[in-house]
Amino acid sequence: MSSAVLFPSDAPPPEFIAEPQEHAQPRRVRHWYTQPALATGAILLAVIVASAVFAPLITHWNPIAQNLNATLLPPSSKHLLGTDQLGRDVFANLLYGLRNDLRIALIAVLLPFCIGTVLGSIAGYFGGWVDTVIMRLVDVVVAFPFYVLIIALVFVLGPGERSIYIAITLVGWVSYARIVRGEILVVKRQDYVLAAQSGGLSSVRIIGRHLIPNVITQAIIYGMSDIVQDMLAIVTLGYFGLGIPPPTPDLGTMINNGQNFMTTQWQLTTFPGIAVVLVGLSLSLIGDGLADLIRPGTS
Amino acid sequence: MGRMTFVFQRLLLLIPVAIGVTIIVFFMIHLIPGDPARTILGIHATPRAVAILHRQWGLDRPLISQYWLFMDRLVHGNLGQSLYYGVPAGPLIWSRLPATLWLVVYAAVLAVVISVPLAMIAASRKDGIRDHIVRAVPLVGLGMPPFWLGILLIYALAINVRWFPVSGYGTGFTGHLHSMFLPALVVAIALAPVVIRSLRASMLNVLGAEYITTAKSKGVSGHRLFLRHVLRNAVIPAVTVLGINIGFLVGGTVVIENVFAIPGIGQLMINSIFERDFPVVQGVTLAFGVLVVLVNLLADLSYAALDPRVRFDR
Repeated sequence: MSSAVLFPSDAPPPEFIAEPQEHAQPRRVRHWYTQPALATGAILLAVIVASAVFAPLITHWNPIAQNLNATLLPPSSKHLLGTDQLGRDVFANLLYGLRNDLRIALIAVLLPFCIGTVLGSIAGYFGGWVDTVIMRLVDVVVAFPFYVLIIALVFVLGPGERSIYIAITLVGWVSYARIVRGEILVVKRQDYVLAAQSGGLSSVRIIGRHLIPNVITQAIIYGMSDIVQDMLAIVTLGYFGLGIPPPTPDLGTMINNGQNFMTTQWQLTTFPGIAVVLVGLSLSLIGDGLADLIRPGTS
Repeated sequence: MGRMTFVFQRLLLLIPVAIGVTIIVFFMIHLIPGDPARTILGIHATPRAVAILHRQWGLDRPLISQYWLFMDRLVHGNLGQSLYYGVPAGPLIWSRLPATLWLVVYAAVLAVVISVPLAMIAASRKDGIRDHIVRAVPLVGLGMPPFWLGILLIYALAINVRWFPVSGYGTGFTGHLHSMFLPALVVAIALAPVVIRSLRASMLNVLGAEYITTAKSKGVSGHRLFLRHVLRNAVIPAVTVLGINIGFLVGGTVVIENVFAIPGIGQLMINSIFERDFPVVQGVTLAFGVLVVLVNLLADLSYAALDPRVRFDR
């Protein structure tokens, strides 16, 4: 039933990325930088995150400053990627859009990760009616297509960042719950868990100290692909005008605006998309590399 | 456990999910900040109109009886009145359904057509150059916004070389086939990474199985080995993966229908959102949920019927 590793790849926020590496190092002799996929992904992500964080230092243009005397300019040394229909610098918009979307995607993944992990461990550890209730809830949420539910939720909640977080949390926890539950079902039969149980440790302690640390890696690996998925959702919402309200820079909004000028100013649409692809690529590489580092030879 | 028991159990499992789906759709109006009736009708609504909607949806009653009212309307096929089109939402959604189903089936077929050969190429020589190239495809594909790919393909293949229409649904079977090729391709490409990955993994699994060694030692080789022994056994997991991702497949159509102006329920949903036509958005959400649940059921049942090795105990 549990489809577990549908997208066995990618990516947590920076603080997450360091963590599994540190954990993996003492146990395995292999270092993260000997993993080509992981190293490439980490470097690529570092470059992307750095250009998003240091956007104000990289470009001096204000991304939302309009200049109606300089609309739809082609790329030049002054405007690296030209300007859009309102005379805004496209390169600046790209960097700031990436900054916003990446930030929201990284934050959005945290709550579902925590809620899903907790509910998944409870369901897997206790079984019985608790398991039944939680898993039926999972079945109901996955009955809806991801995009349909996200779009519908953001619509009823009203546009804005907060609605995106709520929608992604309500929909996103199910995958983590499924993955963690599946892993717990296997791990809870191990001797050390039985030992802890017969030692009289509380369930909270067993789950928190003994089970979750042993099953969390799969959830983290999935988290990598989940960030990509959230990023796509945010960009898609932006494309439909349901995401972050303008004039806040957003890659989806940029693609939508540029679409009308596709035949003459193709760079308006193309580059925001490439930015999203690169983010996805870096996180997928990290996820794959992590999976390979933890369980060599599986991919 | 027998086959009939499995079918029966599977149908039984449908009941809580179906109820859950209606509860989520029902609760959508209560997620609206403030007074839902006022928000839905807009700021220019007269107090009378607001009061009518309140009564119609039973907003002044306790939640349970509101849900009861909602379910009562639902089982009578009443999804409410479209606020924008002024017609019942049910028939409106029903009339848009064929285009979406067309797109879903077309995309699923294309996804298989793309994924199976690529997975075969990759699995035939593990860790070879071809394997590495095929394995790079999902890495790029997973992060690609489908609507963006759609725009690029429209530009490249519909505007520049005019092989395909820019948008629309076409008329007749071949018309649909031609007009919907690009949108179906985009949805298929979005789905392909996941399918390629699992298919490749299951093919490698099959290649390591003992019956393959037996077949090899009997002198079966090359294409025959791959087609008769490997592919046949690896395709079942691929169908399962497709089944699991049906939600993703169907969800992809919402986005793509709007890029290619295909008159399906996805386009209806986004248009209704812009018109703040709440009953229709609610109805479409329900329709998508029901669609996914039914396709999943169909996949499970046909899976059980097709593969004699499937065991029904859980």
